[in-house]
Amino acid sequence: MNEHAHMNCDELLGSLSAYIDGDLSPELCQELEKHLAGCDNCRVVLNTTKRTIDLVQTPLEKPDLPDDVRERLFKRLNLDRYLTQKPG
Amino acid sequence: MDKTMPDDISLEALIAGDRAEFARLVDMYSGSIYRLGLRMLGSPQDAEDVLQNTFINVLTHIQNFEGRSSLATWLYRIAANEALMLIRKKKPEVNLEDVEGGDEDEDLKPTQFVDWSGLPEDELLSGEGKSILDAAIQTLPESLRIVFLLRDVEGLSIRETAEALHLTETNVKTRLLRARMALREGLSTYYGERFIREE
Ligand SMILES: [Zn+2]
Repeated sequence: MNEHAHMNCDELLGSLSAYIDGDLSPELCQELEKHLAGCDNCRVVLNTTKRTIDLVQTPLEKPDLPDDVRERLFKRLNLDRYLTQKPG
Repeated sequence: MDKTMPDDISLEALIAGDRAEFARLVDMYSGSIYRLGLRMLGSPQDAEDVLQNTFINVLTHIQNFEGRSSLATWLYRIAANEALMLIRKKKPEVNLEDVEGGDEDEDLKPTQFVDWSGLPEDELLSGEGKSILDAAIQTLPESLRIVFLLRDVEGLSIRETAEALHLTETNVKTRLLRARMALREGLSTYYGERFIREE
């Protein structure tokens, strides 16, 4: 057995965000994954945090600009004659 | 529509005063900027002010754009500035520098451990579910919300988010972790119950 202290739940939570972003060193990743393998709660927190981020990136969460808002914006910017061009 | 993919805007044309090119830029980013304003201020009128002021600023300052950051990051910086200025004016009680976003470490501690992550998207975002998600975003403290919106909703990198908000990357990471954990906790309270009901 090595004397190495294992990562606890608090330490994992502190690194969770960086782990999701692929921002952790390979060594830390390994430690974190070792903890995850034996800790149900941390696994749930990881899964649901990832899912939360997925959800806010769905198209439903990114509605288009309302037509009237676009029209007023174009007028304010003196871009009236480009209003008819479809965005996108 | 993926806003990062469409054919590139020509900076030279923008600086030369090309109106058609400016109109293309406006169409490419106005949706994102309006959403950002809406979620930071909570009012369509305020969001429209943020949107209009952002592009007026872009017109005024495009000559000074040095290209050290990407054009998108520069746009988000102006938009975030406009939104934060309006918050300072309308809600002076809000602490925009607050990194912690609440009481010490207590809000970081998860209390909900139901794994609802396998529920399908249409179920999570149908009717009530969608308003729960929107409401949960709105309950994030403004200082965390702006970081979360730029990074996780609009998809800027940590570095770009830091540039846009004049924060250090460490500060962005701290705020992002807190925002994600707070949001997860809020959603888990609701989705967790729904998940258990269905099992
Ligand atoms: Zn754990």
